[in-house]
Amino acid sequence: MADPAISVEGVSKIYRIGLRDQVNDSIGRSLLQFVKSPLSNYRKYRSLYKFSDEVLSGADAGDDILWALRDVSFDVQQGEVVGIIGVNGAGKSTLLKVISRITPPTKGKITIRGRVSSLLEVGTGFHPELTGRENVYLNGTILGMRKLEVDRKFDEIIEFSGVEKFLDTPVKRYSMGMRVRLAFAVAAHLEPEILIIDEVLAVGDAEFQKKCLNKMEDVGQEGRTVLFVSHNMAAVTRLCNRGILLSAGSILEDGNTHAIVSSYLTSGLGTTAARDWSASEAPGDDSVRLRALRVVDQQGSVSEGVDIRKKVGLQMEFDVLEPGHILLPYFRLTNEEGVSIFSTIDQDLQWHSKTREPGRYVSTAWVPENLLSEGMIYVQAAMRTEHRKYRPFQEADAIAFNVIDTMEGGSARGEWVGKLLGAVRPKLDWTTDYSAEVDTPGG
Amino acid sequence: MSETHTDKRVTVLTSESGWALFDFDELRQYRDLFYFLVWRDIKVLYAQTILGFAWAILNPAVQIVIFSVIFGKVANLDTGGVPYVLFSTVAIIPWTYMSDSMTAASASLVSGKQLLGKIYFPRVLFPLTPILAKLVDFSISVSILILVMFYYQVTPTWNLVLIPGLILAMMLVPTGIGMWLAALAIRYRDVKFAMTYMIKLLIYSAPILYSASAIPENLRFWYSLNPIVAVIEGFRAALLGGPIEYEFIVPGLLVSVLIFLSGAIYFRRMERVFVDVI
Repeated sequence: MADPAISVEGVSKIYRIGLRDQVNDSIGRSLLQFVKSPLSNYRKYRSLYKFSDEVLSGADAGDDILWALRDVSFDVQQGEVVGIIGVNGAGKSTLLKVISRITPPTKGKITIRGRVSSLLEVGTGFHPELTGRENVYLNGTILGMRKLEVDRKFDEIIEFSGVEKFLDTPVKRYSMGMRVRLAFAVAAHLEPEILIIDEVLAVGDAEFQKKCLNKMEDVGQEGRTVLFVSHNMAAVTRLCNRGILLSAGSILEDGNTHAIVSSYLTSGLGTTAARDWSASEAPGDDSVRLRALRVVDQQGSVSEGVDIRKKVGLQMEFDVLEPGHILLPYFRLTNEEGVSIFSTIDQDLQWHSKTREPGRYVSTAWVPENLLSEGMIYVQAAMRTEHRKYRPFQEADAIAFNVIDTMEGGSARGEWVGKLLGAVRPKLDWTTDYSAEVDTPGG
Repeated sequence: MSETHTDKRVTVLTSESGWALFDFDELRQYRDLFYFLVWRDIKVLYAQTILGFAWAILNPAVQIVIFSVIFGKVANLDTGGVPYVLFSTVAIIPWTYMSDSMTAASASLVSGKQLLGKIYFPRVLFPLTPILAKLVDFSISVSILILVMFYYQVTPTWNLVLIPGLILAMMLVPTGIGMWLAALAIRYRDVKFAMTYMIKLLIYSAPILYSASAIPENLRFWYSLNPIVAVIEGFRAALLGGPIEYEFIVPGLLVSVLIFLSGAIYFRRMERVFVDVI
């Protein structure tokens, strides 16, 4: 077999994360620290990339040491299309940055055979003052093309982007969508031997995304080696013939894409979409105990990534051990910024004002489609009762799930591809009144 | 298949940084990008201005007027019989280039950090870009120089043949200092604050506003180690004729080569960790 296109051997990447500064309780000490600060600042900045042998060997696992990658090894053969998946913070982006030479490995060795282009962002180096035409050349050469190559593909790029009319307009006057189209068009026409892509498909409208996916599929079939990071599992399964699952900086699984993706989706890595408690550990008291929490889809199976256009069920499984209480299962949803989105409490009329007999209960609260915003949602689960102060259990951030807008249309985004702020994202009915008559100013 | 395989570029990435000066092979591969980066800097500099490239003339012209009034008329400095406007113009034109390109090169990594974290290309292109881009301003401002020389009816001498070499030296100084400061500035933003003083210090320490012959005999050697002295004195001798004072020119040139080489090595030693220390 030929030499692999990419060979990663025992690669680790260590970062030093900021620790809280010491707080002084006296003016004298503060003064002393102020005087000493240039020296300590120097040490601090130096320590960002210098690590002692103790740290490197793993013996010193200080609070400020973060192993973004730990002893990662794999080979990618020429022509393989490999998808790298994992939760946020698993080390996917760091791995791509190390392979694309943006940052050096702290330990280990990477051998690359062939010309690499990496696409960690769409439109890297776009300059707002330059025209579309000029930016195609600038961006193309930044991504590793030669001028001749850009010349040759220029018409194709422009046609793909669909911004012909605005070629000589400065990019600062482009809409977000146009900019993304132009940038992706350049990227899509790269012809390196090895292509490294990070999550760039998460932009653009649905139609354009489809176009990009098709283009990417072609790239894969041309025998190019591709490393691809995405949260879009559909795209990963469609494009890649091999998957690598990263967790906490290490490779957890490496193999067939379908197997990897399904084990990623069911394992509920990092943030768990499902939790079970054994009878002895179960939160609660002698009357009620919490046994399980789950985020489920409409078919009832646990799902960590939730399509924004689908209903999602929050499920609480609990044992009633003592009769005689009116029980009110309760959930509270919080987003990544810590904003409470809403709380919800049992609405099942069948159990309204009724005391519960001992036994196993499963309550499910259905969150409607097109209500939550994109991003992580953390769920607090609690049991409330008819007495305001009696709560048998309350579990903060017990489970979590990720709301994903696949940009295939049908979400509250409509045709918008940019940021959409707000803790909720309901899809509202919009109406338009139109009349051809316009009041002209001054007339 | 195997034939095409053998000529593939092999890149090995480890945690070690080398001691090499430049990777010329790689620089050649990226020469088109270098061209477009320079071209971008030139295009963007005067974007959305009314005067456009006229600013390249206006900036040094205003300086020349101010200096001529303050130092020529008020302080009445000795210029060895040369009219002060002429005396200062031949120095201010190369000086403006050097200070502009030095400032831009030093800030190049910090201002390009967006790009730094997203894509790889030879990092040294960051400080090298302004060195070339500012040559456009320089060429435009040379017209002032020609105008002033024409006005004072300076007859060119054979000294003019030194000009190409002097222009190279004029580029070498900010390249060396720029590589040093850019690599330092990305780790220590102190450089940004120190830069303002350094430029001021340089303009007074170099013989821009006064003549180098005003320096006392016993200090001349130390004075001549300043590479800017070499460039300015060189330009003055080449343009205005008169004796070429090698004692002021040679030591400074040697120092500037030294700064350039050490700057290139230091930059290359540090370039791999730039992203981690931003």
